[in-house]
Amino acid sequence: MQALVIVAHGSHLSPGSAQPTYDHADTIRETGAFDEVREGFWKEEPSFREVIRTVESDEVYVVPLFISEGYFTEQVIPRELRLEDWDPDRWDSDGTSASQATLDVGDAAKTVHYCGPVGTHDAMTDVIVQRAESVTGDPDVGEGVALVVVGHGTERNENSARAIEYHTQRVRDLDRFDEVQALYMDEEPEIDDVTDHVDADDVVVVPLFISDGFHTQEDIPEDMGLTDDYRTGWDVPGEVDGQRIWYAGAVGTEEFMADVLLERAADAGADIGDALDQVAEWTGGAPATGAGD
Amino acid sequence: MDNLLEAATAHDSSGLLFDGLAIHQDDGGTYSLETPDSSHEDLSRTDLEAALYEVPALVTNWHFWEHVVAGQGTPRRAFLRWCEGASLEPESDDESDAGTGPDPDDDHGTPVAERYRALETGVTRHWGELELTARLAPDVEGHGQGRRVYDVRHVEDADVPAHELEGHDHPHEAREIVTTDEKDRYRPLKTAPTLVTGWHFEGLSGDDFVETVRTIYPATIANWYREQRGELDVDHWLETAERQTGIYDIVDELPREAVEWVAEACCVDSQCVKRREWQYEDGDELAVDGGDGVFPCREPCSLVTAAARRWTVLESEDEKRWHLELTTSEMNQLVEIVDAVAEGRTDEIREADVYDGANRYRARYLRAKRMGDGSLGHEVEGDAGHDDHDSESGHDDHDSESDHDGHDSERDHDSDDDH
Repeated sequence: MQALVIVAHGSHLSPGSAQPTYDHADTIRETGAFDEVREGFWKEEPSFREVIRTVESDEVYVVPLFISEGYFTEQVIPRELRLEDWDPDRWDSDGTSASQATLDVGDAAKTVHYCGPVGTHDAMTDVIVQRAESVTGDPDVGEGVALVVVGHGTERNENSARAIEYHTQRVRDLDRFDEVQALYMDEEPEIDDVTDHVDADDVVVVPLFISDGFHTQEDIPEDMGLTDDYRTGWDVPGEVDGQRIWYAGAVGTEEFMADVLLERAADAGADIGDALDQVAEWTGGAPATGAGD
Repeated sequence: MDNLLEAATAHDSSGLLFDGLAIHQDDGGTYSLETPDSSHEDLSRTDLEAALYEVPALVTNWHFWEHVVAGQGTPRRAFLRWCEGASLEPESDDESDAGTGPDPDDDHGTPVAERYRALETGVTRHWGELELTARLAPDVEGHGQGRRVYDVRHVEDADVPAHELEGHDHPHEAREIVTTDEKDRYRPLKTAPTLVTGWHFEGLSGDDFVETVRTIYPATIANWYREQRGELDVDHWLETAERQTGIYDIVDELPREAVEWVAEACCVDSQCVKRREWQYEDGDELAVDGGDGVFPCREPCSLVTAAARRWTVLESEDEKRWHLELTTSEMNQLVEIVDAVAEGRTDEIREADVYDGANRYRARYLRAKRMGDGSLGHEVEGDAGHDDHDSESGHDDHDSESDHDGHDSERDHDSDDDH
């Protein structure tokens, strides 16, 4: 038997924080690729600490629903899951290339395949493009359009910006959008000046965040000048300095995220059958980068 | 029946023993059958089959547990057995023991016949605020005999007719039930005794039933199971506090006596239906009662840790002397206000009940009279022995971080380090 455990942050204050986790877990359950699919959280229940014991399977694929490699994926999650002999070097990552590590856990007779976070998987680039398609309602969106990927910024973790840069470059390489730009909340270049950084009439803004909350639903729309008060909402597209801004919520809420979770587990050796095809069919997702390799 | 005969008569089997049903394969190729009410020996395979037809409950019971539930040695199976009063484990001896003569009189929990009688009307158990009922499924033309189905509802809805409750049939519909309390406030702790009423799940399969309970009270079955086996891995306060990093690194500085207050504030039965099994450290028990919950709490949860972080910062402040002037009634009123907030009863105080010190008008009056400058009093000047400039000593840095992680990240978890 094999299980997929999706580990995410969750929240003590916001009831919606865990929703993307449940949604993607449900999509994957529907594929039947795993005997069990479970969610584990830092701030909700079951906790990281107690999620492994809730599965019956011997083989457990753990995929962090986090954007970048760093404190949570390298320290907190492995510690709380009791991953034995864990060392970040096991991922052999340059900051965006985490793979997986096969480890024992301290509280159950199970083999855990600890995967890199969804945010740095190549398939995440596809989700960003998919997000642009779904927010504009145009499956061919690209020509005459600028794509902006928004990140939190470096703060205490340089890998946070590295993940943003990585996907921005990959989208740029597709040669699909007129312009592709990475902007940040807490560092230069800032999302506040979005219209200074791109010239296209239509600008799709995709925040590289897992779930909607304070930043994606309050800060970013206000910072961009899309609205004076987030409580009154904003138009999609909304106009700023004569440019049309297509802004929807966190990329992590995109249905096609289930694909990235599955790919992470498959990369670690999970047998997922035709689950990727099923997810692509249900979510209208497609590997824009021609990836999946 | 075929499955049972196959299992009992297989060449590599010396028989089977399960819930009072014992079949033994003799050396001469005959069988013996023992049940709580009868004993047969020297049976041919045909005789054995005929004899088994006389004990349908034992046969369907075996089939249900071995082929429908299966999962030997899993929390799921043990929980389902507990729900109907069956022994947990072992239900049977291992093969070598079975070969030396099974004893159906061993302790197998409630005997099958008695269990079946009870399951006709339903066996009810409580699990936190849940009322769980195991029943025998209706027998449809001889099929489904012995199959169990399960119902889940709030204990307070025990006597409410089913048609007056909102019906659910998919386990994950419980996610919505557990998300908010009756005042529509988010429930960050699933085991808080604030589960809403007015809903029920009826006729669930064993798997869906376990998934429903798991959705409402995550990981409680797994930890209960470990405790039943004497294998609960408790992490006490100090162990849990010391392994924290980042902004929670400081919680192991919380004084021993303050941990008592934390447990009293957060972990008693009025606040959480888990039974607190963790102590200050191994061999150093907290004085506060751990509660009477069915399932254990094996370590301080994330909510307690996050709150303890705040208390660690607050406890690092020095005490000071304050000068404030209050009448006796006003002093008592402060106590009443604190009590009302601590017991969560502010919403219950009637608008015009000015006899309750925590009444809004009473509080507003006190504020108007005594807090003109925003404070109840002022610090006593020149009070030797009390440091008057060290309001947040040592933890200013952590405090400022709380805006980043503790608060900000809670509003949108993306603000944490790497997501």
